[in-house]
Amino acid sequence: MKKLKLGSNNILLAITVALFVIMYLGGCIIYADKGFTHFQTFLNVLINNAGLIAVAAGMTCVMLTGGIDISVGSLIAMDCMFLAVGMETWGMKSPVLMVMVLIIGIVFGLVQGFCVAYLEIQPFIVTMAGMFFARGMTAVICKDQVSIVSDKLFTAISNAKINIPFGGYENKKGIYQTPFIRPTVVVALLVVVLVYLMLKYTKFGRSIYAVGGNQVSATLMGLNVRKTKLLTYTLSSFLTSIGGICYCLNTMCGTTTQATGLEMDAISSSVIGGTLLTGGVGNVLGSLVGVMINGTISTLVKSNGKLVSSWANIITAILLCFFILLQAVFAKIKESKKA
Amino acid sequence: MDKVKKITKMKLFLPIFSMILVMMINVIYDIASGNAPFSFFTISINNGILYGRLIDVLNRGSEVAILAIGMTLVVSASAGTDISVGSVMSLSGGLCCMLLAGYGVTNVSEYNVPLWVGMLAGVAIACVCGLFNGFLVAYMNIQPMVATLILWSAGRAIGLLLCNSNIVYVRVPSFQFFGAYCGIIPTPIIIAAVCVVIASIILRVTALGTYIQSVGINKKASRISGFNSAKIILLCYVICGLCAGISGLVATCRIYSADTNNIGLNMELDAILAVALGGNSLGGGKFNLAGSIIGAYTIQAITTTLYALGVSSAQAPVFKAIVVILIVVIQSEPVKAYFKKLSAKKAAAKEAVQA
Repeated sequence: MKKLKLGSNNILLAITVALFVIMYLGGCIIYADKGFTHFQTFLNVLINNAGLIAVAAGMTCVMLTGGIDISVGSLIAMDCMFLAVGMETWGMKSPVLMVMVLIIGIVFGLVQGFCVAYLEIQPFIVTMAGMFFARGMTAVICKDQVSIVSDKLFTAISNAKINIPFGGYENKKGIYQTPFIRPTVVVALLVVVLVYLMLKYTKFGRSIYAVGGNQVSATLMGLNVRKTKLLTYTLSSFLTSIGGICYCLNTMCGTTTQATGLEMDAISSSVIGGTLLTGGVGNVLGSLVGVMINGTISTLVKSNGKLVSSWANIITAILLCFFILLQAVFAKIKESKKA
Repeated sequence: MDKVKKITKMKLFLPIFSMILVMMINVIYDIASGNAPFSFFTISINNGILYGRLIDVLNRGSEVAILAIGMTLVVSASAGTDISVGSVMSLSGGLCCMLLAGYGVTNVSEYNVPLWVGMLAGVAIACVCGLFNGFLVAYMNIQPMVATLILWSAGRAIGLLLCNSNIVYVRVPSFQFFGAYCGIIPTPIIIAAVCVVIASIILRVTALGTYIQSVGINKKASRISGFNSAKIILLCYVICGLCAGISGLVATCRIYSADTNNIGLNMELDAILAVALGGNSLGGGKFNLAGSIIGAYTIQAITTTLYALGVSSAQAPVFKAIVVILIVVIQSEPVKAYFKKLSAKKAAAKEAVQA
């Protein structure tokens, strides 16, 4: 029985990795003349999605408990707006603001987690209310677009390049282009590694899996299910805030419509990466691959140049649908084998 | 004390109570700002059409009211909500305008195809969306909100594709009619009323309402007693899609254009809020259509009041989100249990005093 379970999960992850490789190689062949083969294109996918990677890591944890968090996109918008207005209008220093954003994330997550864990309200309803609350708060903080220009430290971090010693190429003028990544990528990858280690080796991480696998047996084992859920939602919002800072470093502005639909990207990344919607099964590394697939889709759409950007949305939705159906089919096979 | 309890236990207590609360806030606001105290309720005929804030609430609330019909059934049957309704609204409006104007054309004053073809296509695509959602939920056993998440994202995107990422204007009087005035009464009010009447007749005359509730209360038991649970859930989602389609067309006719990015934006929250305000449990089971409809108009009254208080449309979700959370917290089991315990303690203390 256990062997089969492992097998179907590995198949999901294998399909995901294969899909990514095929998609990327396909892009390399079709858009070779547009620089798709350069190492930098791959790094750009990472740079553009640094925020999303951190968010998806948190989302994976929440989905492992069998819940969902759709407030992440709006929370990022609120974070960005808070950072932008804080620096430009209130004249505060960026380190202070960043710490405040992280605290806001923790408080936001605590409230949502409390509603889900202790008041037993459906996670979807709670986080949907959170989503509209955060989106509205963004407009309450400021209705206009605010660009970040005055804070020197923040701008410096945003523009900092970390060069990579290999994989460069000569451009048309014959100048050697060194591939680079931004500090946000380092932060995002660090988050993924830490969450991976936490899920694998800490008591909290193991209880997340246990709660998602079977809540009743987790309770019988003596685990504090409610506390685990509360902490998971808090972790998700905290990681979202980290993602929000990364996102803000990328865009350097705050608007009310920022990061709309990002929750969809985060959820689809986790699902594509092999996290079961019913909870208990999944891996944060799979989610990373999921984010990369999402990023590759939008890069492909952009490389084409003629397609409307809503195609990226549609393709992601189709992929999400495909993987959800795949999961459902696997679940049905499992059930029939049990019976 | 018992009388108060009897009133609060009434089915329609929550929606009517909140409606009265909103109206009171309006009256207080009017008095505070020096207007006539009951200007919220005054209805007059200006330029041959009914005019007044109450009419405005009824008119603008039509879309939410139509959505609330479908959402009530979905919530009742599947214990989950359909969050794709806003996107489906925009998709149906987009397809309708695309057909009426022709692909890639952004501004027409003459129909490309007959009006009924466009309208029918808009409603039909919405039904297909409902069918898709229903199939995923009923036959593939996927949680409703995750299943509808797919169209929540894709619906609007497909609508944008159909309209070539433009706003398509259809400047024909017979198209505008459905969003404007029929005599002195705004047409959306009539459309909403017709939808509500048809829905309640179907639910009253046929046994459908009972079936839906029975599936919502216990899916397995009702399957064993001979209902096709999956089919009933599927039907609920199709009805919800149909409602979203009609409501999308109303919203489109109102501005006689397919503004795919904005039609139905945040509408899913309003519809879910209407169902919750109507006293329906979001956990499925028994439903109360009248409550949902009153809830829908209450939501619109809240929105109108917020605008009157100077809150912008982008900021309004904050207040609505707080209302949603308050309602679901009151409805949640632990809170109910806590209050039961409290009142039991009080009763025990009373008995002790009497003894």
